[in-house]
Amino acid sequence: MAITTTKSAYRKGLVDAAPFILVIIPFSSLFGILATEAGLSVFETLAFSVVVIAGAAQFTALQLMQEHAPTAIVLASALAVNLRMAMYSASLTPYIGAAPLWQRALAAYLTVDQSYVCSMAQYEKQPDMTIPQRMSYFFGCVTPIVPLWYLFTLVGAVVGAQIPESWALDFALPITFLAMIAPMFRTPAHVVAAIVASVAALLTASVPYSLGLILAGMAGMMAGARTEVWLERRAGVAP
Amino acid sequence: MTIDTGTLWFVIIALGIGSFALRFAFTGFVGDREMPAWLLRHLRYTAVAILPALVAPQVLWPAATGGQLDPARMAAAAVTLAVGIMTKNVLGAIIAGAATLYGMLWLLN
Repeated sequence: MAITTTKSAYRKGLVDAAPFILVIIPFSSLFGILATEAGLSVFETLAFSVVVIAGAAQFTALQLMQEHAPTAIVLASALAVNLRMAMYSASLTPYIGAAPLWQRALAAYLTVDQSYVCSMAQYEKQPDMTIPQRMSYFFGCVTPIVPLWYLFTLVGAVVGAQIPESWALDFALPITFLAMIAPMFRTPAHVVAAIVASVAALLTASVPYSLGLILAGMAGMMAGARTEVWLERRAGVAP
Repeated sequence: MTIDTGTLWFVIIALGIGSFALRFAFTGFVGDREMPAWLLRHLRYTAVAILPALVAPQVLWPAATGGQLDPARMAAAAVTLAVGIMTKNVLGAIIAGAATLYGMLWLLN
């Protein structure tokens, strides 16, 4: 269903991002639990999630602070884990770079894995969207994600109850991401990028501070770009 | 064991600013300025590179099984991807993947 108005763009974003609720609830309540167990007050725990909104980086910082690592190390490690956000920002720029500054600033604060993948999938699928439609879609994607991130950090901190492990919600994240990425494999170059990045991620899994992920991502992007150039050349040479 | 309150707040605020800077780096400072073609060509593959790279280790070595290969999780990932590629239907792929995961977990336990 193609988007025709900014309002329908917002609604479509909201619906498309809804499956991520399954990821956000267990992840944010786990942060709430671990943070209060580490001695943070409920207010400090919630502030952490509101100010930073970056799950993996929050877990990293929390763990290192508990180990009394030097503050510079805590910050450097957590920011390294978040480095992929700069790559998301770069790849969103061709699509939303022309939006008003305040909207871009708000979108930057709200850029997380889920809002990024959801928006990119839509922008690529429907390249003729206007800038306001793209922004509405983005904010639609954020709506079922970020408020729940705050809320369930609070629930985890206050209630301290975990979703049972037997529900296997740890795997909601891989499943939702794979389902979102699958329709994005439009050309052989996209497939090559994904395969190279996955293999590189497995090979670099032992690199500290999640930097393996950045290396793997870059390897995949270079592989995709090279394949694209190669395919274009071959098409140019063919009669 | 306890974390010093001053350190905690410094980390929260510095991490908040740092994370925002990473997220704002391009959308904010590049804005609608033209980016070079070679960079755009690489950026086209950001999503299909980073997200599989994020997921691959979790599929092969899930934390929930202590990093042991888990047939249920591997099958669920494979089914999700296959259904997603064939149908281009995100929700269908999620449901197929979840059904595989729970079906296999039930069969194997």
